[in-house]
Amino acid sequence: MIQQTSPEIGGMGHSVKRKEDRRFLLGKGNYVDDIHLPHMVYGQLVRSPFAHALIKSVNTEAAMRVPGVLAVITGEDLAKAGLAWMPTLFFDKQMVLATGKVLFQSQEVAFVVAETRFAAADAAELVEVDYEELPVLVDPHHALDADAPILRPDREEKSNHIFHWEVGDRAATAKAFEKAPVRTEVTAVFQRCHPAPLETCGCVADFNTATERLTVWLTSQAPHAHRTLFALVGGIPENNIRVISPDIGGGFGNKVPIYPGYVCAVVASLKLGRPVKWVETRSENLQSTGFARDYHMRAEIASESDGTVKALRVQTLADHGAFNAAAQPTKFPAGLFSICTGSYKFPNAFCEVDGVYTNKAPGGIAYRCSFRVTEASYLIERAMDVLAYQLNTDPAELRLKNFIRPDEFPYETPLGWSYDSGNYAAAMNKALEIAGYRELRKEQEEKRRRGELMGIGLSSFTEVVGAGPAHTFDIAGLKMFDSCEIRIHPTGKAIARLGTKSQGQGHETTFPQIIAQELGIPVSDITLEEGDTDTAPYGLGTYASRSTPVAGGATSVASRKIREKARKIAAHLLEVSEEDLEWEPGKFFVKGAPSKAKTIQEIAFAAYTNIPPGMEAGLEAVDYYDPPNLTFPFGTYICVVDIDKGTGEIKVRRFIAVDDCGNIINPMIVEGQIHGGLAEGLGIAFMQLISYDESGNVQGGNFMDYLLPTAVETPYWETDKTCTPSPHHPIGAKGVGESPNVGSPAAFVNAVVDALSHLGVRHIDMPIASWKVWQILKEKGVAA
Amino acid sequence: MIPASFEYLRPGSLNEAIAMLSEHGDEAKILSGGQSLIPMMKFRLSRPACLIDINRIPNLDYIKEEDGYLKIGGLTRETALEHSDLIRSRFPILHDTSFVIADVQVRNLATVGGNLAHGDPANDHPATMLALDAEIVATGPQGERIIPIKDFFVAIFTTALRPEEILTEIRIPMNGSRRGGAYLKVERKVGDYATAGVAVQVTLNDRGDVQRAGIGLTNVGPTPIKATGAEGALAGKQLTDEGIAEAARRASEEAQPSSDLRGPAEYKTALVQELTRRALYRAWERAKK
Repeated sequence: MIQQTSPEIGGMGHSVKRKEDRRFLLGKGNYVDDIHLPHMVYGQLVRSPFAHALIKSVNTEAAMRVPGVLAVITGEDLAKAGLAWMPTLFFDKQMVLATGKVLFQSQEVAFVVAETRFAAADAAELVEVDYEELPVLVDPHHALDADAPILRPDREEKSNHIFHWEVGDRAATAKAFEKAPVRTEVTAVFQRCHPAPLETCGCVADFNTATERLTVWLTSQAPHAHRTLFALVGGIPENNIRVISPDIGGGFGNKVPIYPGYVCAVVASLKLGRPVKWVETRSENLQSTGFARDYHMRAEIASESDGTVKALRVQTLADHGAFNAAAQPTKFPAGLFSICTGSYKFPNAFCEVDGVYTNKAPGGIAYRCSFRVTEASYLIERAMDVLAYQLNTDPAELRLKNFIRPDEFPYETPLGWSYDSGNYAAAMNKALEIAGYRELRKEQEEKRRRGELMGIGLSSFTEVVGAGPAHTFDIAGLKMFDSCEIRIHPTGKAIARLGTKSQGQGHETTFPQIIAQELGIPVSDITLEEGDTDTAPYGLGTYASRSTPVAGGATSVASRKIREKARKIAAHLLEVSEEDLEWEPGKFFVKGAPSKAKTIQEIAFAAYTNIPPGMEAGLEAVDYYDPPNLTFPFGTYICVVDIDKGTGEIKVRRFIAVDDCGNIINPMIVEGQIHGGLAEGLGIAFMQLISYDESGNVQGGNFMDYLLPTAVETPYWETDKTCTPSPHHPIGAKGVGESPNVGSPAAFVNAVVDALSHLGVRHIDMPIASWKVWQILKEKGVAA
Repeated sequence: MIPASFEYLRPGSLNEAIAMLSEHGDEAKILSGGQSLIPMMKFRLSRPACLIDINRIPNLDYIKEEDGYLKIGGLTRETALEHSDLIRSRFPILHDTSFVIADVQVRNLATVGGNLAHGDPANDHPATMLALDAEIVATGPQGERIIPIKDFFVAIFTTALRPEEILTEIRIPMNGSRRGGAYLKVERKVGDYATAGVAVQVTLNDRGDVQRAGIGLTNVGPTPIKATGAEGALAGKQLTDEGIAEAARRASEEAQPSSDLRGPAEYKTALVQELTRRALYRAWERAKK
């Protein structure tokens, strides 16, 4: 158990108000678009109207004649500098500005730089590009057809196939299926959706011609990694690059990749010797930057007649768009999708994924998700419901029967994960109790008799977060450790710097709470800095719920290093041996004589004024934390829906979320994270899809058609928790940001399917719009 | 999101505005609340050479009862309609409508006049005004003329307003004491245009028969639709379950929706039927009070 600190110290478990909010609430935040530098100019991208077309010519003359225009950069210009292509984060390359042809609608074709945004926008319209349209490949299921156009002739392999990846025992799984008395399957698409952070992507690139230093203010979730990539790709010495991630208005994975706009701004600044600002519009963000999901999945479960599961087999087709710009660890082309056995004890499992190219925006980023965990969780939680219907058993009972038991942890899954800890039944039972599950089922039965439609959906997900241990996890070769450096000032105040970067998660509050917990320094006395590569220690950044599991570990360990030095100083000051000292948050005292004590503030002062002989001055520590394993948060969500038979409209009446993320740093922030992720999950389940017509024109490319739920659409979230600490994490924490996004889509969908299950409905693909429900009701003859 | 360049004019009086319109003709656009026009300009779907901002013209923002009409000034904001006691008590259909237009921020600026003059079949007030048999007061160089609402919507984004005319007032007849109306809209989320919307206004005579029925449909055709067949099915008769079902069926036949991201045409047709039915019951309830 974590020792409770006083409210003044505000360590773990206190709902300390977010320190960063004051500046946000007062309009004093500092986002990329707030950066204004002397002589700054503005960039605007020219984008392709076609999904697949040859570029016959690009004429920039008219654009250059617009007053205030300084440069128009084309793909051919970049090619001369060897910069027309850049590497993606996953063994592919991507065009910065198109040369030869375009591969998706809204692809970057030219970059206009002008004295004002207005001149840049006007001139961008005047760049004349002569296109010749090519056959378009939209449906990933046709990507490998013999007559499919080969989209990427630049690759050695003349095919639209990107990768095949498999894990598990194919033969043993097949055998288990042969022997099993019950087999079920579900085919489900996790549709292409988009993180849609409220702040779009952008940068200010400032190359100083005198110092030859490049400073880039960047909407980056991983500023250090981005600095290294700029150095490796651009050939600028890494010491001459400074990446600053200022305040970031939401990332959700969208701000992990490097985008062509960033590179163009840097090139333009190098060319002009002036700071160049580029900030994309909402439509540009939705249409061209990292999308998520687009997994076309099939799951089969083999079970005994009593519902005991025996094997899981998963086949998936992954649509990556025109370039494989997935951002995930090197050894995992399908991310951590092999978490797909979920919370259940499958003796056998096999999972395979094939990735293909299509004429769509590139990506496959991890939207509030540890690399394809959301897809996996959705699939298994849907499949378990389908099995329950087939066996005519209650979905809660089926889950309880198959859960991994608390005494079986650490639990080795057939697909290679070692779950650290869990108590799945506890979380589920709590959720069932809050929901009043039995009464709800009774109500549903009565309503069905009256012809009314009501559904109850469950999801008892297991997450995998905190990438990750260096032996297995790297991105572009960079091991996925993270870091924290803490300096205690002589007056006992402190500053901490981390390799992560908050985009709204509340790091400026939660990381100081860890330090407060470990050192007893009040949280209000601790400043936290992230995002400036010149000052912060190297780290891989914030995504995949890794900040607390990894950088949180570093913060805890660095604090403990300081505490060990503080113990030596205290012993010196109290003239006792170190062994005679006991610690309580904020002070060392002599065993049996609590009045003989030195506070951490007194010790800090002594570290600069009265140091024991032979000791270095100062009170600082840094830690680069390599987690021994990932962490595995879990929970049970229950959704109750009512369906309007006349209009097909779905009303989410209740939503119960019981989360277990181990020890909690700040309960208020955790609850806020869960609220936000559930709202996103609701949007995904019911509203969101970036689709393409047969010509490859993007649909849903602005907020008129890509719908974000508001307070009106979202129900009252009933949140609660259980606590199963991670056994290997220094403070027993697991990470929570993505759980609600990972766990909730299945609960929403399961609820709607449940409402219609007596009509024989077993699956509906997301987003479940009213019209889809109405069509089913009509087909079944029950529409009002 | 930067519009193409344009000239900005800000008349201080109606006469000045009309003079500017006469000078610039269809090169000019009136800027009222700007909640439809400005997004279209930012997407560069609309590129007027000249914007005439009528927001500083006095005496165009009012809601009043006069000469047997409810009169709404051309510059009246949606939010004013939403919060007017007169509207709430006497014209719940208008309150229903304002309340579901876009969102609060948009309603604070958007005007009722603009919602009509834009000529967008997806806007909500056209159907309501069709149900209410409103009259449009158009003011031009020759003074005012009255356009019955049924003649106002000519084609998509095209109204009967002449290039030099400004929509200055909406008049709604207030005859009959047993009146009731309702506006129902299915939308994908708050702030969205209607997947389908139905406005219904009924006036009952002393015997409880339908003296007149008005039905307008939102976003199920190239223009807002007045469902005259459905209206005819109700007129002069008692409201009954069968009569309402028949009117709803006819209204759905009058809809001409097309399939889009909001749903297939057959769904929208079905929605018109269902919403007409529900709106008629609600209007009936209100008329009986």
